[in-house]
Amino acid sequence: MNEIAPMEQFSEKPVVEACARAPVGLLAELTHRCPLQCPYCSNPLELDRVNSELTTEQWQDVMRQAADLGILQIHLSGGEPTVRKDLEDIVEVAAKAGLYTNLITAGVTLTRDRLKRLKELGLDHVQLSIQDVDDANAEKISAYKNGLAKKREVGKWVRELEMPLTINAPIHRLNIENLPNIIDFAVEMGAGRIEVANIQYYAWALKNRAALMPTRAQVLKSAEIVEEAKQRLKGVMVFDFVVPDYYAKTPKPCMGGWGRGVMNVTPQGRVLPCHASESVPGLVFDNVKDRRLADIWLNGQAFQKYRGTSWMKEPCKSCPRAELDFGGCRCQAMAFTGDAANTDPACKLSPYHEAFVAAAERESAEATPPPFVYRRMSPTKATPAE
Amino acid sequence: MSTDATRTRVMVVPASKPALPPHIKLRHDPGRGRWHVLAPERVFEPDPISIEILKRCDGATSVEEIATELAKDYNAPLQEILADTISMLQELSDKGVIKAA
Repeated sequence: MNEIAPMEQFSEKPVVEACARAPVGLLAELTHRCPLQCPYCSNPLELDRVNSELTTEQWQDVMRQAADLGILQIHLSGGEPTVRKDLEDIVEVAAKAGLYTNLITAGVTLTRDRLKRLKELGLDHVQLSIQDVDDANAEKISAYKNGLAKKREVGKWVRELEMPLTINAPIHRLNIENLPNIIDFAVEMGAGRIEVANIQYYAWALKNRAALMPTRAQVLKSAEIVEEAKQRLKGVMVFDFVVPDYYAKTPKPCMGGWGRGVMNVTPQGRVLPCHASESVPGLVFDNVKDRRLADIWLNGQAFQKYRGTSWMKEPCKSCPRAELDFGGCRCQAMAFTGDAANTDPACKLSPYHEAFVAAAERESAEATPPPFVYRRMSPTKATPAE
Repeated sequence: MSTDATRTRVMVVPASKPALPPHIKLRHDPGRGRWHVLAPERVFEPDPISIEILKRCDGATSVEEIATELAKDYNAPLQEILADTISMLQELSDKGVIKAA
């Protein structure tokens, strides 16, 4: 049975009619508000304000349009999606439209009653993020007190309500040594799935890269730990392992190819090929307030720009992997090489690859990492991590 | 719920009665003209034989009964079909797509 995964994993199949193919998943960033301040947040540095967010009716219309377009799964994310008081109204419409609904939450603002109500309205799955299984460390990473205890409670509710649970664990320098305990925690919580997600360095994470980057030895060790646990827990818990591409030789097929399988709607309604794509200059992002979702997907300038392979330069253009990894990530190419059409510096064929790896090696070897720049709505300032 | 206490790998045998848990959805997609299995952050594209097996996973029919029916429908040897069905369902059980009680 073929497996196509809208978020993390992608089958290595050549593209067939990539442009005409409807997306499989839609990441709905309902809000940028969040009580946590994790320094690796994938939201942009410029966060959308509450008064600019789409209304309930506008989000409901996005859900209906998504189903019409052929989208199968909707990932309700943020920020923290549960800070929207109308989450129930959005979930209800999404479920009625036939979408598979996934709540991506930090959990700390949830109540049991609300979760129960969301289930009744058709919520299919809960993905609960954790920062670490060590209280003090979790607090340091999220800048939020007693978060772990609350997450434990939320995980218990999810299972009591007989809903499937995924534990999402972003992995970095500060918690990578705790990985075995993080896996144990997910098993204890009754999770059917765990995402061991090494940080991908965009937005806030890129800003904090020197404070977050693990060493190559740590990454190799973590891969071994995951492999062992995967075998031991076969049939109990499914693993998704997202590797840090700074130590890779071939780039990841970012988003499964630009404009190929997924789309992203920001709190304000801008439609993006990926959550980081606003960092690429020269792209025009249409808004759901002005244009139909299907039209944006098929014809929007931002989606067309790097869709398929015709935009490629060498070494991507003649590369046998061109339709397997699509030249990696445009945002990373932009950030590191200054041209989004260059091959991803994670690729060993990139002239920037050596410098890219060297940056990770240098930063991860620093005995004292720099303080975190916490993810905040207002002007940012550094706060000591210790 | 009781399932967490018994968190061990379930082995699919001829007497197992597989079922799709409520959060796993076998759906026909009219736009693409094919069936999908929707699972947490996963979409599977079952092949025609997998679809026939999944449609019969009702929690009441045993794997052996499913295989017997398919062997008849496809005019194929039962032992072969049974072995294929078990291996496919084991893989799906390991991925959390079916529950084999």
